[in-house]
Formats: sequence, C-alpha cells, structure tokens
Amino acid sequence: MMTALHPILRLTRRLAGCLPWLLLASCSKEPAAGSAPQASAEALAPSTPLKVAFSYVGPVGDAGWTFAHDAGRKAVAAKFGSKISTSFVENVPESADAERVITDLASQGNRLIFGTTFGYMEPILKVAREFPEVRFEHATGYKTSANVRTYDSRTYEGAYLAGVVAGAMTTSKVLGVVASIPIPEVIRNIDSFTLGAQTQKPDVTTKVVWINRWFDPPKEGEAAQALINQGADVLMQNTDSSAVLQTAEKAGKLSFGWDSDMSHFGPNAHLASAVVNWAPYYEKAVGDVLAGTWSTGQTWWGVKERAIDLVSLSDKVPPAARAKVEEVKAGLRAGTYSIWKGPIVDQSGKTVLEPGTVATDAFLLAINFYVKGVEGSLPASK
Amino acid sequence: MAGLDSIASLCGASIDAGTALALASLGLTCNERAGVINLGAEGMMLLGALAGFATTVHTGASLLGFAAGALAGATLAAVFGALAIWLDTNQYATGLAASLLGAGVAAFAGVPYTREALGERATPALGGLADVPVLGPALFRHHPLVYGVVLLAVALHYLLETRPGLIVRGIGESPETAHALGYPVRRIRFACVAAGGALCGLAGAYLSLVYTPLWVEGMTAGKGWIALALTTFATWRPLLVLLGAYSFGAVTMLQLHLQGEGVSVPSQLLSMLPYLATILVLVLISRGPALRRATLPASLGKPFNPGA
Repeated sequence: MMTALHPILRLTRRLAGCLPWLLLASCSKEPAAGSAPQASAEALAPSTPLKVAFSYVGPVGDAGWTFAHDAGRKAVAAKFGSKISTSFVENVPESADAERVITDLASQGNRLIFGTTFGYMEPILKVAREFPEVRFEHATGYKTSANVRTYDSRTYEGAYLAGVVAGAMTTSKVLGVVASIPIPEVIRNIDSFTLGAQTQKPDVTTKVVWINRWFDPPKEGEAAQALINQGADVLMQNTDSSAVLQTAEKAGKLSFGWDSDMSHFGPNAHLASAVVNWAPYYEKAVGDVLAGTWSTGQTWWGVKERAIDLVSLSDKVPPAARAKVEEVKAGLRAGTYSIWKGPIVDQSGKTVLEPGTVATDAFLLAINFYVKGVEGSLPASK
Repeated sequence: MAGLDSIASLCGASIDAGTALALASLGLTCNERAGVINLGAEGMMLLGALAGFATTVHTGASLLGFAAGALAGATLAAVFGALAIWLDTNQYATGLAASLLGAGVAAFAGVPYTREALGERATPALGGLADVPVLGPALFRHHPLVYGVVLLAVALHYLLETRPGLIVRGIGESPETAHALGYPVRRIRFACVAAGGALCGLAGAYLSLVYTPLWVEGMTAGKGWIALALTTFATWRPLLVLLGAYSFGAVTMLQLHLQGEGVSVPSQLLSMLPYLATILVLVLISRGPALRRATLPASLGKPFNPGA
C-alpha cells in the first residue's frame, strides 16, 4: 500500500506547486490535486512504518564523521525493526542542494529527518516551515523551531581523553593538531586536547595547522607532515578522514582515530580512537516520535550518556595514563569531574575561568580563544 | 641548524607533493605536443588511484598496483582518444566527459575500498646518503617513483629532440604536413594520448599508494586540473614541468609549515596561492606572444581527419 501511495504523494506535491498553470492548461488534472489531503491522511495511518531519513554531508565510507552517523542509523534500524524504515542520501553539500534534497525527503513521506552537518541549519529551518507535520533533527546547529530540534555530542570530551594519552606518550613535548574550520567546536577540541595533555606534562605545547576543509585527505596528510617536520610526535585531527593517522604511521609517529575506530588504519601509530556514538540519541529521537512525545529542544550528550568514548587503546599507553583515562571517564559519568574547571588561562595569560569555577554550556559553546600551551594565533574570526 | 633542518624537511615534503603533479603534467605534455588537449586528467588520475589501491589491497604488491593504475589511466585515455581522434568529437567536451566519467566510475567502484588500509610498506633507503645532514631529509628519503619522475622528465626533454620526438612535434604543429609525408597521424596521436593517460593513472596510483596511502572518493582534489594548468605554465617543456610541479608543491607545503611555525598568515589566502600562480602564468603567457609561439603546438585542440 505504501509503495502504491508514494508516486501519488509525490505527484500531488508537484501538481500543487504548479496548480495555477495546470488550471490554465488542462482541467483534467484538477481532481488529482484535490485528492492530496486524503492521500496524506492514509500515509500517516499508525499501521505503516515510520519513515526516517538521513541527509549526510560526506560519503558513508569516509571512515569518520558520516560513517559514525550511518552506524547510528543502522543501530536504530536494527532496534526498531519493522516499526520504522530508514533511508539516507550521502554527499549532500552544505549549499542550495541541501534544501532540495531535504525537501525531496520530506515530500517522499519521511516523518523524521536527520541532517548531520552544521551547514544544513538554514535549509532545514526553511523546509521545516513548509512541512509542519515532519520532525527535523539537526546535528551541531543552534537554531530551533516548533518542528526542528538540535542535537550534538561533546566531542571535546573525547579530545580531552585523547590529550591525556598524548601527554603521556609525547617525548618531544610538542603535539600537533590538523584542524578543519575555525568554529568554536573545533577550537574547543584543540583546547581540550591540550588541557588533557597538560594533566600529564604541564609544559606540553600544541601546534595547529588549519586546512579549511572537513574532508580533503591529501591536504590532511600534508598538514600532518608539516606538523611532524616541525617536531610534533603525537598528532590529533578534527577532520573527517584517516589520512592524518596514516601519515603518522608512515613517518613512525603517533596519532589517534577521530569520530570512529580507526585502529586498523595505522597499527603502529594508533594510540586510541575518540569515537562518537550517535546510536543512543537516534534511538531516543525515533522513540520520541513513535511514542508521540517528540518536542523541540536542544541536546548535548557526552561520555555520561555514552555518546562519546575513547576506545581501542594501544598497548603502548602506560598504565598510569590508562588509569587517568578511566578516572576521567568515571568522573564524567558520575558528574563529579569537570574538564573545563578553573583555573584556566588563555594563550595571552589572561584568566578565563577563575579557580574553582566550572564552565557553563554557554561558555563552552562560545569558545574562540586558545588556552595556554597552544601555539600560533587563531585564523581571523569575523 | 634548526632552521636548516626545517628548510630541508620542507624541501623534501615539497618534492613529494609535486611528484603527482609532475607525473600527470608530463603525460599531458606528451598529449599536447601531439596536438591533443586532454581535459580528462582528473578522471584518469582518480581511476588510476583506485585501480592501483585495489590491486595492491588484493595482491599486496605495490608494483602491480602502479601497473594497474597506469593501465586504468591508459584505458580511459583510449576511450577519450578513440572519440576525439577517430570520431573527431570536440576535444574539450570529450575530455570533460572523460573526467566526469572517470571520477564517477572510481567513486562507484571504490565504495568497498574506503575502509581498507595498506599493509606494511618498506621505507626506501638510499644507503648512507639518507643520513647525510640537511641533504638527506631533503633529497634522499623519497619513494623510488619520485626519482623515476626526474629521470622521466630528463628523458622526455631529450626524446623531444630525437627523430620520433620531432615527428610527434610535427604532428602537433601541422598534422597535414606530417600526413603528406606519410606518417600515420591519428595512430601516433592515439599512442601519445594513451601514454599520457598512463602517466596520469600512475600519478593517481602514486597518490593512493605512496602519498596519502588510502582510497577515498575525490581524493585527487583537483590535482588533475592543476596539472593541466601546469603544462601550459611550463610552456610544454618537460624540465620546466618538473620545476613548476616542485614549486607548486612548495607553495602548498609552505602555507602549512608557516602555520605550524605560528606565523599568522590567513590560511585561506595561502590556500589560494597555487591557483593564483596558475592564473598569473596563464596571463603572462597570453601577454607574451613570443613566449607562446616558441612552443605552443600550433594545432593544439584541432582534430585531424585525412579524409576530409
């Protein structure tokens, strides 16, 4: 029944758009357009599976960001079985194309749509106004509406845990980060990585190279090579591929996996992977819609909700660092450990968090400074 | 001493970065000297990158991978050549189509390989030379293919002065004259296109096997287009191609090194530099007719049909 309805739904949408022309051109098309409300009502009948769609910015095979989201999609598909049907569109650029793709997904009868990159924010809000009956979930954004809510993960907790390991492993006391685009999320990760390392060796410094892309493997590799040439012996990245890890492997240095477990890409270089697990949130979101309890809001999950973890620790990591990683994880889960707790000093020596003060989420979301220990200056932020 | 060391490692990295450009651009020089312009370089590189990577994953032999990469590039070039040379289709449109086709086929066939990793690779060692201070890291720690490219450029430089080289250049200048002298113009052009495609494919395989040892969709990131510009930039001279490729590599690496040194240059501006350099040289060439006339193949981009 569902499959028979799709073309009708799609047709009626199209026809509704060009109704004035159709009225002029041919009266015979009019009844089709008039039947739209009836068709929609049937599509929403409770016996049919909930259609859930995902729009991804990269390929599902990027082994990083999009791969992690798709793992989340597979997890909800497995959990809810025949109650839902999922689909995805990959490689949807953060441009006018996004609006077209998301409109298509909504037109095809999807009732819950996930957009997994920051740049979909405006397109989603726009499409959401046209489809009030559809729920939209936007990853890493900050604007919401009645049927749009946002979700994100505290990737900086993973960066901090990786930093603890990096601090224990570095001998040159110079760490390197291949950074993508200078937005607060990425700057927060660089800072957290450095703070984590300083728990092990207080005089560690971090060099940063920005490549202004999320996904450009040759450039990620070149940036990693540049950092290695300048003395960095442990690398981290906030980009989407495994190129940094593989460059470290080639050069005999150390590195981490990011977003998903990348241990098999660099058996010698890999120290651990800071992973994002989207499944818990996707299960909650689908559950909310199925139960009829979905309402707008903002969610930011971390180690506590099992959305963030540091996995596949290498045998090279010394027991003391492992113990510290476990201590931080346990503290985050119990709510007794704060990564961003004063005293924290920025690069210029100015105190940004007074001793004993714990940063609020609003503070964390707006970070646009390097902490002490990070070298260089931030790309001009406008 | 620290300064010298970092300059040495910058040189080394620039040479590595320029090698893929040099390979592809030398291939395109072969094409264009024979009068065929091949805009499909990017697609051929991507196809070569995937073929090389997949072959190496399955066989474990990177030599076979390089061969497969060259073969894949040559195959797509042969399709392009058959259309553009024998069927007289527009070289620009056909080249663009070949580029998109190569990128699409590689993306489609490459899906299973995005999670693959290559096994252990032997680090090339040039005996004691690699340990020479400063010069070692700059010049003697590269993959054998990097030295192969230098030899290739030198060989092509001299080859263009030999009798076969002169025939190829003659065909690029005036195919009618070459035809009248009894040379099989189309067959020679086809051979040059296939050889050029093979070098583009090899450049792709270098990227996926040596430079960024992995396969992902679109991994050449526009290097095929830079190689095309570089061919013109070098005024179709192999030794200048090599020099230009290393300069482009140096610009790419310099911006990353400067950032790592904490020099605050807007990285967006630096990211533009290779493209700005390309445009600048294109302008210089078009402003300097003497420079252009010296080497621009007079029949570049024009189909030749002996029957017409």
